[in-house]
Amino acid sequence: MQLLSQVGGSVTNGLAYVGSLASLGGRAAYYTFVGPFQGKPIRFQRAVSQALDVGVRALPILSLITFFIGLILALQAAYELRRFGAISYVATAVAISMSRELGPLITAIVVIGRSGSAFAAEIGTMKVTEEIDALETMAISPVHFLVTPKFLAMIIMLPCLTIWANTMGILGGSLFGVTQADFTFIRYISASVDSLFLRDIVTGLIKSVMFGITITAVGCLEGLSTGAGAEEVGRSTTRAVVMSIFLVVVVDLVFTALFFFISDR
Amino acid sequence: MEAQRTAEHATESQESAELISIRNLRVNYGEHEILHGISFDVNRGETLVILGGSGSGKSTLLRTLVGLEKPTSGEIWIKGKNIAAISQSEMDDIRKKIGMSFQGGALFGSMTVGENVALPLREHTRLEESTIEIMLRLKLEQVGLQGFEYYMPSQLSGGMKKRAAVARALAMDPEILFFDEPSAGLDPIIAAGIDQLILELKQAFRMTIIVVTHELASAYLIADRMVLIDKGNIVAIGTTEEMRASTQPRVRQFLDRVAEPEVARELDYLQMLTEDRRSR
Repeated sequence: MQLLSQVGGSVTNGLAYVGSLASLGGRAAYYTFVGPFQGKPIRFQRAVSQALDVGVRALPILSLITFFIGLILALQAAYELRRFGAISYVATAVAISMSRELGPLITAIVVIGRSGSAFAAEIGTMKVTEEIDALETMAISPVHFLVTPKFLAMIIMLPCLTIWANTMGILGGSLFGVTQADFTFIRYISASVDSLFLRDIVTGLIKSVMFGITITAVGCLEGLSTGAGAEEVGRSTTRAVVMSIFLVVVVDLVFTALFFFISDR
Repeated sequence: MEAQRTAEHATESQESAELISIRNLRVNYGEHEILHGISFDVNRGETLVILGGSGSGKSTLLRTLVGLEKPTSGEIWIKGKNIAAISQSEMDDIRKKIGMSFQGGALFGSMTVGENVALPLREHTRLEESTIEIMLRLKLEQVGLQGFEYYMPSQLSGGMKKRAAVARALAMDPEILFFDEPSAGLDPIIAAGIDQLILELKQAFRMTIIVVTHELASAYLIADRMVLIDKGNIVAIGTTEEMRASTQPRVRQFLDRVAEPEVARELDYLQMLTEDRRSR
């Protein structure tokens, strides 16, 4: 009986959490897409500086990671494929798994580590130093002021980063292809491009936009619900990272299943 | 005729002496009740000091007055509107007419002092940038920080941060100014400077000022009236002279700074701690 009530308790807590996320994401979306037409302009300057932080500054580390992931994928695929003498399919395997799955996912995880945690820490610190309260007493909505620029930056930059990640992954794979599988660089790239359908890339990009919304909502919600004291900021940051990774995987599963069932293939 | 009478009534109530009326206010944090049904009025143009020890509920009271906490029950009338039962947009309209100076200043660390002070003006008015610049200089001059608009908050001392926070609270020319522990964490000389600033604001603008503090010296200096709060109840309310002359034991204990009776036994001490926690 106690077990049942505990399970019920955590289910309602979970649903309430998802509800708060949806509410926060919804309000950020309102201020991004509807607000500007109702005299509540977006702070473009802040959005641009967020976009630099989320996007441009993530490029070096993201490039390195996805290049290696592409190379690893090629090695793993070749391990099986060479038994069937099908090693030339390495390019296809890498291109499809990068653009459909690993490109968006690895990008999201890198962005969670760099920006999701930073959102929670920044907003959490502002909560602790009463800056969020100050915004409210000045009749300035913290969601409009703080969350919306991050939201806009995320939904634009995450798809861009994902395309970059796909490209770097394919380049990583080509290192194996050229050195171990008798490809020339040009042939490897054209084999990769030929194997991809537009659908593979688009579904990955749709997922990456959803990941961006999830990461922003979780990071900002954790920041806004920070309790009193510096250690609470640390706790919020940790929770933001863990919850974001978990929810990104859940969103990934939901959308992959969705694409699977609506595709005619 | 009826409409005219209501309109007359409305203007009358707007010009009545009370600017803020609090009726039977109760506030809970979770299951713990922090304020147990508090009622008092704040008159137009007066400086009211809310006194109380740590955990007395005075900060909660202040946060509820500016709408940061939702009351469990009761009414808070500010300028003829019950803020316990109004929409967000109505609350925002009231908030544009109040200023709040937070304990630590709560300046935005990523903006300069000038940007901090100009923020409410840029958000809520359509003033020209040149006009905002002029108003910004005026506000900084009022608090004695002229020339500091390009400094970052981290480059300011504690007292200067407080002054900058006051300048930001003054930006929209508020009718009511709230202070949370204005002298907390400041040395006596700087704290006296902040008291002086509050007095100057009061004389220059006839502003209604509500100050939460536990600093007696500061309270005696700036207050027209005082409210003493203990464990979520009002113990006493009256003018500075009335409070000074009060014979109520709890008032005397607070004003004469008499320590709580020493706890001799460990068990009593533990009990006191848990009660203290509960009352918080």
